[in-house]
Amino acid sequence: MIELDLLPELSGIWRVFAAMLLVGLAVGISYWQSIDIEREMFVATARAFIQLIAIGYVLELIFAQEHPLWIVLMLLIMCIAAARTAVRRGQGIPNAGWITFISIGVGTIVTLSSLLALRIFTFDAQTMIPIGGMILGSSMTTAALTLNRLKTDFKADRHVVEEALALGAAQTQAARPIYKRAIHSAMIPTVDAARSVGLVKLPGAMTGLILAGVPPLQAVQIQMIVMYMLISAAAFTGLGCALLGYRQFFTEAEQLRPSVVFQE
Amino acid sequence: MKRPFLNIHSLNFAYQADAILEGVSFDASEGEITMLVGASGSGKSTMLRLINRLTEPPAGAIWLNGEDVTTLNPLALRRRVGLVFQRPYLFTGTVADNIRYGPRLVGNELSDETVSGLLTAVLLSPELAKTAVETLSGGQIQRVAIARVLANEPELILLDEPTTALDPRAAKQVEETISNLCQNRGLTVIWVTHDVAQVRRVADRIVFLQKGKVMAQGNLTEMFELKHDAFHTFVNGLVQP
Repeated sequence: MIELDLLPELSGIWRVFAAMLLVGLAVGISYWQSIDIEREMFVATARAFIQLIAIGYVLELIFAQEHPLWIVLMLLIMCIAAARTAVRRGQGIPNAGWITFISIGVGTIVTLSSLLALRIFTFDAQTMIPIGGMILGSSMTTAALTLNRLKTDFKADRHVVEEALALGAAQTQAARPIYKRAIHSAMIPTVDAARSVGLVKLPGAMTGLILAGVPPLQAVQIQMIVMYMLISAAAFTGLGCALLGYRQFFTEAEQLRPSVVFQE
Repeated sequence: MKRPFLNIHSLNFAYQADAILEGVSFDASEGEITMLVGASGSGKSTMLRLINRLTEPPAGAIWLNGEDVTTLNPLALRRRVGLVFQRPYLFTGTVADNIRYGPRLVGNELSDETVSGLLTAVLLSPELAKTAVETLSGGQIQRVAIARVLANEPELILLDEPTTALDPRAAKQVEETISNLCQNRGLTVIWVTHDVAQVRRVADRIVFLQKGKVMAQGNLTEMFELKHDAFHTFVNGLVQP
């Protein structure tokens, strides 16, 4: 085992390199079967390594700060990154960047504030950043799925929407079935995860706590809180994203916006 | 000619740099059936979308009872100007649910008697009210769609080739339905078609469109007896393909 005196926190890094052997096996399989995904695996492995080491240092830095603004700043940066990732699913929808940012932000703020108000967690970097990260990650998926479903359904069902508009329906009335479906489908992964938790797999937070030596029953309690908060975050993010999103498909004169709905 | 209810005045419309309608002008009179006739791609369906503002028309080109439609609230306009699509979509539920849809949007619940009356007006049995829409035939769907539009008490109805997907018997029933409504309720109708035989059966007035331009317009006698060149060619082309 090599001791890295300059980087004492990374003294266990040899285990990471050892785990990379598993990626090597996967690359071998890809090469052997001509699956042609070796390059992507290399890039993904390298990116994961660099990104996680970087975030490790950032967290070390923030945990050392006393001022709460650092926590807020970190969560804000994470929110922007989440919005930028989610927005790819909403390409072609006007203001998609703002919609994902606001809806992910609202979902996260409402959930985190509730957790704090109910005294479930305390406002410190060690708690807020990992918990906020889990909420942001889950909300990012919800926002991406919501926008994607809105886009698909407005295209597929534009004749249904126009039928309603032609009968005098306002855009909210005409779009209601579509945005309800979008919220529903975007929440399914979170709800299903809660449904199957413990039966199919042990989720990340709980696994991490158990590996870190926390007694299983304590880890389970944290995991339950995580599942419940993610359901709340998904609901608020999905609702925000759908309600802000559907309006982008209409003009001010309650018409479907041709540049969004009729684009190829 | 009766009082013009709808005036189209030098209407130009383009989509993505393609001219769809160029300098279109015509009037539709109260209680009459004005048929927009022309081949596919002549801009007929776009014309209907512009009249009830599913697509935004230029200002000052479409006038409904003396008012520029672009100055009207689009939702109120669409209740006054009903549009029946070529292949109407009936919302999941019963026939009565569909007929009640428009009035419900503004908080009015139609009584069973009113629903029955609307079904009778489109020559359907009132007993159909409780039927699920999935079980209806093509002709019934088209007439339920017309009844659903009538439930909003429109002053003008726009029909986009309402009989194209129907067999001849069902098509005749739709024609009878509309003719009755014009005579009994004084409804103004704009009817898009490329069926010349149908034009002869139901039109009061004909507007012939070709590549987005009005090539000829007039009543049945003017159009068929005076035989405007372009219209004559179109009619012959369809009669003897």
